[in-house]
Amino acid sequence: MTAALAIDGLSVVFDDFVALQDVSLTVAPGESFGLVGESGSGKSTLLRAVAGLAPVSDGTITVDGKPLGDKRDKAFYRQVQMVFQDPYGSLHPRQTVDRLLLEPLAIHGFDNSESRIVRALDEVGLGASFRFRYSHQLSGGQRQRVAIARALILEPSILLLDEPTSALDASVQAEVLNLLEQVRAARKLTFVMVSHDLAVVTHMCDRLMVMQHGQAVEQLASADLAAHRVTQDYTRSLLTASEGFRRNG
Amino acid sequence: MSTLLDVKDLRVSFPTRTGVVEAVRGVSFTLGRERLGIVGESGSGKSQTGRAIMGLTPEHGRISAEKLEFNGIDLTRASKAERRALRGKRIAMILQDPKYSLNPVMSIGRQIIETLRTHEPVGRAEARRRALDMLAAVQIRDPERVFGLYPHEVSGGMGQRAMIAMMLVAGPELLIADEPTSALDVTVQLDVLGILHRLVADRGMGLIFISHDLRLVSSFCDRVIVMYAGRIVEELPASRLSEAEHPYTRGLLNCMPKIGVDRHPLPVLDRRPEWAL
Repeated sequence: MTAALAIDGLSVVFDDFVALQDVSLTVAPGESFGLVGESGSGKSTLLRAVAGLAPVSDGTITVDGKPLGDKRDKAFYRQVQMVFQDPYGSLHPRQTVDRLLLEPLAIHGFDNSESRIVRALDEVGLGASFRFRYSHQLSGGQRQRVAIARALILEPSILLLDEPTSALDASVQAEVLNLLEQVRAARKLTFVMVSHDLAVVTHMCDRLMVMQHGQAVEQLASADLAAHRVTQDYTRSLLTASEGFRRNG
Repeated sequence: MSTLLDVKDLRVSFPTRTGVVEAVRGVSFTLGRERLGIVGESGSGKSQTGRAIMGLTPEHGRISAEKLEFNGIDLTRASKAERRALRGKRIAMILQDPKYSLNPVMSIGRQIIETLRTHEPVGRAEARRRALDMLAAVQIRDPERVFGLYPHEVSGGMGQRAMIAMMLVAGPELLIADEPTSALDVTVQLDVLGILHRLVADRGMGLIFISHDLRLVSSFCDRVIVMYAGRIVEELPASRLSEAEHPYTRGLLNCMPKIGVDRHPLPVLDRRPEWAL
């Protein structure tokens, strides 16, 4: 079976700064893969390199068996969609939800845009009443739902999620995570999800990769992480840190 | 236990074009030399509570309280000059993100000295020595070097340590920490909390720790207040968090994913209108 996403020896260099160094991974179709690390670990850079938002200095990225060149074709930008961290910054402030959802449809020449928009809003749990609102009239969780609707409306097969819930309150985070799981199951989507929160990644993903300083530390199954079957000290320290503060004496 | 802070029926409201927004609606609590956590989601009024105590409510905001007393001083009647004398000297505040809360055009050492000399008549050499001691106390390995650095030259964790140093250098009795570690990486978070824990214990300060993270607060504080829509819905000892009774507190605890616990889908919070009454 060809992998949905295969990355081999990927490096990203900005001038003199190596943001990502020789990282390889494969994600099977329908799998949910997590990237964990602290700020500056290169986890978001990896996602952005796949999406074509960061320069690939070395290595190859293959989607569904097709290697990606420097310039990606239109089909790629339909097949792979991204959801960003900040729901306040990723929606156009002067466009209504309707306009936001229409744009990708127009670019890719989809028909029946009317019914697609209604269906997309319905799928993310926002009724038709949200269609003609502006993003400032929505809460953070509702905005993130619109961002997810915008990604899903093009019927992609791969969803790149860059910290999709870290700007949200815990209770809203639970709702958005549930929504993401639900659409993944319904549409058989492949997820690549970046988060600094180990608990969120183990909840959402089957396998994950721990990153530090632009390099891969280790790859393991979420179940192994939960059972503390880790081989690297860095992973262990992340695991300890995620358990919260402990008073020593 | 002597009472450091006594708050009774604190209300903060903001007039807006579309009517008055009541951010805090009748909050009451007392604080001794202990660690008190205030937890809530965005818009629950937890930060505005801290700011009202500190005297940092925006100009157009309206504060009323039956009692707002710090060490016997009535804060509702205190003049601006009296508030200024308290602020930084006896009540200090740590904010969320050192990137925005430190002065970008002043070296870290000078900012610490500025705080100190505003409140105490100390000489240059003495001020410098105390600033360096304070930087060492927040476990900065090379205080001399960091003293001369500007905020953009240090990492988030280092910036937050500098912020703590600046806030503690004048020896306050009450420290308000508003999301002090939310902008930091998890491993750095623990270091900063460890430093805060030790300093608060050693100096016998009262601490108000404001955060959205219920688990973190309960592991750090002695007592936790849970706020929802401007009111306190529950108050309980941190060690008995698992026995929380209010459905909002329980919901908040439940909805977070936990490593090693498989729950699909996650339980979500079923917000009841009566919680906000």
